[in-house]
Amino acid sequence: MDRMPRWADIVLIPLINLLLAFLISGLVILAIGEDPIEALKLMVDGALGSTYGWGFTLYYATNFIFTGLAVAVAFHASLFNIGGEGQAALGGLGVALVCLMVPWPHWTIALIAATVGAGLFGALWAAIPAYLQAKRGSHIVITTIMFNFIAASLLNYVLVNMLRPAGSMDPATAKFPEATHLPTLTDFLEIFGIPFAARTPANITLIIALLACVAVYFLIWRTRLGYQIRALGKSEPAAIYAGISPVWIIMITMMISGALAGLMAINNVMGEAERLVLNSVEGAGFIGIAVALMGRSHPFGVLIAALLFGFLYQGGAELALWTSIPRDLVVVIQALVILFTGALDGMVRTPVERMFLALRRRKPQPTRGPAE
Amino acid sequence: MDFLTVLQILDSTLRLSTPLLLACLAGLFSERAGIFDIGLEGKMLAAAFFSAATAAATGSVWVGLLAGIGASLALSGLHGVASITFRGNQLISGVAINFLAAGLTVLIGQSWFGLGGRTPSLIGGGRFEPITLPFAEALSGVPIIGPLYAELISGHTIPVYVALLCVPLTWYILFRTRFGLRLRAVGENPAAVDTAGVSVVGLRFAAVAICGVLCGIAGAYLATGLQAGFVKDMSAGRGFIALAALIFAKWRPWYALYATLLFGFLQAISLRPDVIKSLVGFNVQIQLLDALPYILTVVILAGFVGKAVPPRAGGAPYVKER
Repeated sequence: MDRMPRWADIVLIPLINLLLAFLISGLVILAIGEDPIEALKLMVDGALGSTYGWGFTLYYATNFIFTGLAVAVAFHASLFNIGGEGQAALGGLGVALVCLMVPWPHWTIALIAATVGAGLFGALWAAIPAYLQAKRGSHIVITTIMFNFIAASLLNYVLVNMLRPAGSMDPATAKFPEATHLPTLTDFLEIFGIPFAARTPANITLIIALLACVAVYFLIWRTRLGYQIRALGKSEPAAIYAGISPVWIIMITMMISGALAGLMAINNVMGEAERLVLNSVEGAGFIGIAVALMGRSHPFGVLIAALLFGFLYQGGAELALWTSIPRDLVVVIQALVILFTGALDGMVRTPVERMFLALRRRKPQPTRGPAE
Repeated sequence: MDFLTVLQILDSTLRLSTPLLLACLAGLFSERAGIFDIGLEGKMLAAAFFSAATAAATGSVWVGLLAGIGASLALSGLHGVASITFRGNQLISGVAINFLAAGLTVLIGQSWFGLGGRTPSLIGGGRFEPITLPFAEALSGVPIIGPLYAELISGHTIPVYVALLCVPLTWYILFRTRFGLRLRAVGENPAAVDTAGVSVVGLRFAAVAICGVLCGIAGAYLATGLQAGFVKDMSAGRGFIALAALIFAKWRPWYALYATLLFGFLQAISLRPDVIKSLVGFNVQIQLLDALPYILTVVILAGFVGKAVPPRAGGAPYVKER
């Protein structure tokens, strides 16, 4: 399948897809009577123009790295995990329980425990759809969608009836104890003498997210399990023939995926809000789909895509502040990115492939004899 | 609990089931033809917005309905182009359509009306008015049947009756016409349909278009029948409940009616906690009622209550050369 060079597959096509998505986004801004160039300037300035902006951009990007990796890992096994939203919400519950139930002496220990709690809850929430897919053949897309709604109801119930402190009307847990508060990115960078704006939500979870990227890379391309996951994703009959158990791989892949989505809660629940509120995930689970598609399910691609969406999120907030463009513009851009990099990929790929094929035909073939 | 309360709950069941039923039948056409559609939610939302916006501007609910159907059809066309023409992933396309509708409705709404994504409240001709069926007045004196007819069967808006009529119509089209046979065949074995000389692409686009029209009516009913105007995210997961109902009904029209009535009933009764308490003797958590359609669907999907087998070629683009 050497229809076109690797760089075209990895860089050129995603770039064209992305450009198309942004072009249409620009047209949308134009259609509602605003200036797209001006809007872009505002977004760049607000999200990347100061360390304050970067603080927010990196905070959002941290969320999207986790949810993006979650979707990406499942993609490698040809599983479409739309349940990141619910898994991240359950991860939040895990973090809240860990932080509230045990009097932690220091944030480092609390962070380790919270990581385990978030990952475990996320993994368990993904395990049920995974089991139903693996054993009963229920379509994972439908079950994970259903589990998003069930998670929302469950969290609503738990927050209103169980975790809400007495006398509070707000459906949220109590503030986590001081000892569980994570250092911000500002505190962390201070060690190295790098000045960074205070009062931004970015915290050291970013480092965990980067570690997760590395870990996923090694898992998928450097371990036996990763090979099995990819083999199953490419062809189930071939995987079975090679002695790989689809049931086991589906279960373990979805649980890793769910755990990654759950880990997002360290960032938003433990690092930022420092308590669990209703709808804490705010759609980040769904953005993971766009991030994974754009990142071609590769951890490095996911990282880049997450940064881009972090920029869009923070830039969109700035836009809403200074212009009459609502924050929902980001949802439109997100939809267009999913559409062009995911569903309409063939629209760009086929002509580009043809172009490369035509280019190759024109070149003389060195293997053939000169007189033919 | 008295007779009147029962009537009230059944009455609101019927009203709340209507958008679910229309969207469910929409999904039925699409999925029977082998095109998975998780974008029902987005199409409904877009239709709700454009119908409310147009009805607010023109003062006519019928023009609004047409605009809603148009918006839904446009998204259906997008889904068709992505998943039929370019053989993209139908699920991803559906996800994209949901977000596109969620974002664009607020963006355009804010730009047109400046009300934070809402449309102005619809009054008079901008809404579907309840219609009184013949003899409702005359029969209202008759015990039991009278109030049943006057309260429950009569006095709904036109889309409610349209939705109910769509059930036998869908059944007839799918199981008694040549078009229906071909449509079902294209969802089971498109290669066979192709061999018979019938266009797979044409049939699938037809199914997706029907899906768009039905979703359009569903969305228009949300904004102009059930409520008086559009508010942000007003479809509130109904597209997904419809999808759940479709699986619950195992892709069959009459069962779709029963499933959506059940889910509509759950929605109706969750609005009346007092009735639930008197019915079962203790407080049932609202959150449980909200989650019940999804839990039931998962149980059905898991095959614990009969097996739900989707159309065989569903989700896979048709490649002719193979």
